[in-house]
Amino acid sequence: MTAAPTAAPTTVVEAEDLRVWYAGATDPVRAVDGVSFELRKGEILGLVGESGCGKSTLGRGLLGLLPDGAARDGKLVVDGRDVLAMSPKQARALRGGELGMIFQEPLTRLDPLMRISDHFVEALKTHEPDLSKQEVERRALDVLRVVGIPPTRYRAYPHEFSGGMRQRIMIALALVLRPAFVVADEPTTALDVLVEAQIIRSLHDLREEYGTAMLLITHNLGIVAEACDRVAVMYAGKIVEIGDAREVFSNPQHSYTRELLRSTISLRTTGLNYIAGAPPDLVDPPSGCYFHPRCPDAMNVCAARTPEDRVLPGGSRAACWAADLRAGVIDLPEPERAPLEREEIGLADEA
Amino acid sequence: MVLDVDDLSVHYRLAGGAAARLFGLGTSTVKAVDGVTLRLRRGEVLGVVGESGSGKTTLGRALLGLAPATGGSITYRPRSGGDRRVSDLRGRALRELRTDLQMVFQDPHAALNPTMTVAQAVGDPLRIHGVPSADLGPRVRDALERVGLAPVDRYLGKYPSDLSGGQKQRVVMARAIILGPEVLVADEPISMLDMSVRAKILELMLELKRDLGLSYVYITHDLASAKFFCDRIAIMYLGRVVEIGSTEEIFADPKHPYTRALLAAIPEPDPDRSVPRELPRGEIPDAASPPLGCSFHPRCPQATAVCGWESRDLRTLLEEHWTRRDPATYAAEGEVIGDLGHLDAPAASVELGRAGAAKVHDLMDRIRAENPDEPLWQGVEAIEDTGSGVRVRFHEGVDPALRRAGGVDVACVLYAGGGEAEDAAKAKASGRSS
Repeated sequence: MTAAPTAAPTTVVEAEDLRVWYAGATDPVRAVDGVSFELRKGEILGLVGESGCGKSTLGRGLLGLLPDGAARDGKLVVDGRDVLAMSPKQARALRGGELGMIFQEPLTRLDPLMRISDHFVEALKTHEPDLSKQEVERRALDVLRVVGIPPTRYRAYPHEFSGGMRQRIMIALALVLRPAFVVADEPTTALDVLVEAQIIRSLHDLREEYGTAMLLITHNLGIVAEACDRVAVMYAGKIVEIGDAREVFSNPQHSYTRELLRSTISLRTTGLNYIAGAPPDLVDPPSGCYFHPRCPDAMNVCAARTPEDRVLPGGSRAACWAADLRAGVIDLPEPERAPLEREEIGLADEA
Repeated sequence: MVLDVDDLSVHYRLAGGAAARLFGLGTSTVKAVDGVTLRLRRGEVLGVVGESGSGKTTLGRALLGLAPATGGSITYRPRSGGDRRVSDLRGRALRELRTDLQMVFQDPHAALNPTMTVAQAVGDPLRIHGVPSADLGPRVRDALERVGLAPVDRYLGKYPSDLSGGQKQRVVMARAIILGPEVLVADEPISMLDMSVRAKILELMLELKRDLGLSYVYITHDLASAKFFCDRIAIMYLGRVVEIGSTEEIFADPKHPYTRALLAAIPEPDPDRSVPRELPRGEIPDAASPPLGCSFHPRCPQATAVCGWESRDLRTLLEEHWTRRDPATYAAEGEVIGDLGHLDAPAASVELGRAGAAKVHDLMDRIRAENPDEPLWQGVEAIEDTGSGVRVRFHEGVDPALRRAGGVDVACVLYAGGGEAEDAAKAKASGRSS
């Protein structure tokens, strides 16, 4: 492996041991705690987990959109360039053109005094100042067509559109610059079920047309199952499981993934399940596996030692002692395998 | 029967500018709830399901007298007898009603006063209703224990900011049950909560219902939780109930095309299902200017000739066509049609085009050939030449009423049952599509 390139040519994003932390009152808050993954061209990776698990921080951290007082560490290569080694100015030039972001609330991101056409002119002229007027319009209408906005509405104002159409426009604005990588943070959360389904389909079409790699952050496991190629499950700042979406959903390896799926209320729900307790405080996380205080499978080893990331037989990568044992990739002495004895979790710790 | 809602309407006047008001111009009415009839039986959970803008929240608020009924009636029938017309109550009488009817709001963070402790918040309804302060303590403790916030002492002095989302919603529930109500109207009680606690709060609600003999109106956009939680479900669309029946029947055999669409669109964490499915286009229309005929017809994949086709549907058709064309074709065809602005005024007969009847006819034929199954074409009665363009005349629309179909009630011309005109239309529609 000495001469081989660090990543295959189609790899757009490569994160290795990426960390993001905020300054806390006394100790740093480790919001993203050693995350590694790759994203290929045209691939949609879903990122799921409870609130407060670091999903949005990871998404913003990848784009460098962190507030003051936050720091990044580790390795992050986007489109062959080492982002963390760049000067702030270089990094800023990368955003928009190479890196895009789609936010949750489209109305707050569009300028009510600007026509849709002006939004596109501004975006394109900022990043590609040499474009002619006709070229700007052609590019804008092209991407609007893919997201399903009629050309007749090109010169309308944001308030003349419905919520779903505004989100389509936001998606078009992010993609008109043909970024290599886009982070979509809960893009359909504010929308109705039918519109949500339409937008998910649009994202699918766009991926085919533009080849953009996308990180889709959502709390809705159903959307991941429908829209994503792969899925990463995040818990307390770590990716605890990552793999092919179908595989992860039909064969969850990490206990957290399984419990998350079980607690989701879907059309097939016949009984109520939930995960006791809440995600840990990231200033002072638990020992061993961060999920062990809430985990129904917890063994003694889970509280003592941090599980390693391992690729398991189904192809998913997970960090879970129970999964390792089940797959037979490790063996543990009896005292370590014994069920962990702990206090019952009270409502005091409910999420 | 606990609540009896009969032909309830909640209409809001939209005030235009000062001049418009002075001359009576430009004002319109939003029919947030438009002729809703339903009954809440004792001990049941009635789900009211719809998208945003369907009127479900306004309906819920009207049930408690929080939104003024402009027509019809709401009757509350307490266990102890003495029916009360909620829609006629005002002031003090309305306040007294709150000991029997209570509401749980969507956002527990907003529903709690940040400066009140848990004990104050939960005891507040008692204070308002004149319970002596000596009795407050034990009743607050009892309510908190019922919602699972035990040991109680740990929570009494806490402020909302000290609590997690699930705990706050429990406090809201405690406050709602402390007066011993018979009915709880719960407006999206779990949608703002983290998914890991949603099931827990639903479980708590089922427990409370069992222990306290409550009846629920459960308002939600989420069919999956409604399926699990409700005994009966009313599906709302743009102020109307379009389908109502037992949960079992609605899920086993959804009848209204809107119900079917909602069911098909729910993203399921099931690896064996994937995106490409037939989805209704567009979004819920503007309630200030609803579509003619059936409100769902512009989005309905099964719409018939008499569903209320009109000028705005023609605009959508043209715009969708142009969304699929390249810019040059759009420019050329746009010249043939001209401005679309006049299509925004709802009309069943409208002029179209400016480059001469032949060219407009030609374009219309091309659009039709592109997708002959587009339901709009069934609604076109005639396309007549006017010289500069054409006049498109649509069949007159029917606004379907709720009617019995199988085990449910549904408002759709496909399930008209009686009416000859509708039967004829149905036959015609199926004849065309076959």
